[in-house]
Amino acid sequence: MLPTMSAEPLLKVQDLSVTFRTGDRETVAAQGVSYELAAGEVLAVVGESGSGKSVSALALTRLLPPEPSCALSGSVKLAGVELMGLTEDKLAKVRGGSIAYIFQEPGTSLNPVYTIGFQIGEAVALHRPDVKDVKAEVIRSLAEVHINDPERVANQYPHELSGGMQQRAMIAMALACNPQILVADEPTTALDVTIQKEIMDLLARLRRERGMSIVLITHNFGIIANFADKVAVMWKGRIVESGSVEQIMRTQSHPYTKALIACIPRLGQRRRRLTTLSDELKVSR
Amino acid sequence: MSDNLLEVTGLSVHYPGRANWFFQKAEPKKAVDNISFVVPKGKTVGLVGESGSGKTTTGRAIVKLAPLTAGKILYHGQDIGVLSNSDFLPWRKKIQMIFQDPYNSLNPRADILSILSEPLEIHFPQMTREDREARCAELLRSVQLPAEHLRRHPHEFSGGQRQRIGIARALAVQPELIICDEPVSALDVSVQAEVVNLLQDLQEQLGLTYLFIAHDLAVVEHVSDHILVMSKGKIVEHGTPAEILGNPQQAYTKTLLAAVPRF
Repeated sequence: MLPTMSAEPLLKVQDLSVTFRTGDRETVAAQGVSYELAAGEVLAVVGESGSGKSVSALALTRLLPPEPSCALSGSVKLAGVELMGLTEDKLAKVRGGSIAYIFQEPGTSLNPVYTIGFQIGEAVALHRPDVKDVKAEVIRSLAEVHINDPERVANQYPHELSGGMQQRAMIAMALACNPQILVADEPTTALDVTIQKEIMDLLARLRRERGMSIVLITHNFGIIANFADKVAVMWKGRIVESGSVEQIMRTQSHPYTKALIACIPRLGQRRRRLTTLSDELKVSR
Repeated sequence: MSDNLLEVTGLSVHYPGRANWFFQKAEPKKAVDNISFVVPKGKTVGLVGESGSGKTTTGRAIVKLAPLTAGKILYHGQDIGVLSNSDFLPWRKKIQMIFQDPYNSLNPRADILSILSEPLEIHFPQMTREDREARCAELLRSVQLPAEHLRRHPHEFSGGQRQRIGIARALAVQPELIICDEPVSALDVSVQAEVVNLLQDLQEQLGLTYLFIAHDLAVVEHVSDHILVMSKGKIVEHGTPAEILGNPQQAYTKTLLAAVPRF
């Protein structure tokens, strides 16, 4: 997949900033975000609502409102190729083709009026024109995410599937185009713990088998500790701390990271009271 | 026996199955199937299970938001399951509910004052408008929001603040039992900790009793005095948090615990 394994990382984000403009007001959603992602690596981005974690991930392929309501700056290099400033046509090939996304609520990400098979087929036809038998490819991709009876599911509509199955279908769709990077934006937040485990096991296997890189946006430190290689902690639009999982889980240098980990109730460690963020650490809104 | 605020025996909620082509009755869907449990006064009983296990339906059946197929719901020893909706009204004041989604459980067109006054108008019709307004301001303060926010609308608040407003609305009529249906699962972890602490503080101050429905085992362990584990409409296991987490007996509970990623 990567013929020239130079020192160049698969994804290099430098000084990425996103500013929203509404009327005369400017809101900086993300500022100076920089990170690198090697092939096969999993980077977890943690932070609260409004910390800029989703916006900075969407900015990678400019899945944001157009200028002038949303201004981007900085650099995003995919295998050495600069994505910022690419034309819409070229970006459309990157979206889904090289960088695919799955979102928190599979139910709202899927189109309710088309069958699962049609929606996956659409992505395959768009990004892989060389594929002759699109239907077979759709069935194969559904089978790859461990959907039993993929032929039947391909003919079903999103509402006929459970949340876990919908998320599998979303993953199948994302993977059908053989992306190098999968951006998973809170992929299991809306799911039960047992289904969550199945989905995370599935992502771990796909990453192992395909050498795919994953940007995992989550606030679940349990998932991070078990699944990610690197962690970036976002707070008020900036990355305030980053490092390897072992490092961050062991010692946190930024007070926000410390506080965030401290306020999570843990199984088998009952406390009288939960720790909360101090006022200066709260994301003010 | 008198220590139990709520005693549920043989509670079932069955929904009719879809009739097939020959109009033969299909098997009913057993959302809740013959469950029994007690909620002691001043305590928190946690109810865990996956989506579709019947935990939400159980909570809703207690306040007549889901139809009862069979069973007894004794509140202070009186069967409230058999009451008609109008006869149940005085008990609605005693049993309140907090919902999961703070975005959908508040009327977007009403300001906070009218959201909080509505239950007061129904249950305390003798209250004057000034009294109601004073009470609403007090309620906001009790959930740690400034009283000036009474004139604001739900969209002006964050998720955590909205959930506080939901709690204030439940507290308005001075209930004894609050059924909390996934009250923190839609919130960020830091906000979740604040709301959990608030619920515990209120319990201490007001002597409240909670039925705490959630799928997050760590949160349920933290708040509960007793835990019920539900699967497929039945209570498969119950015990103290230490018993359930330290020594789970049922395969389902073990699966549920094993699925929680630890760190």
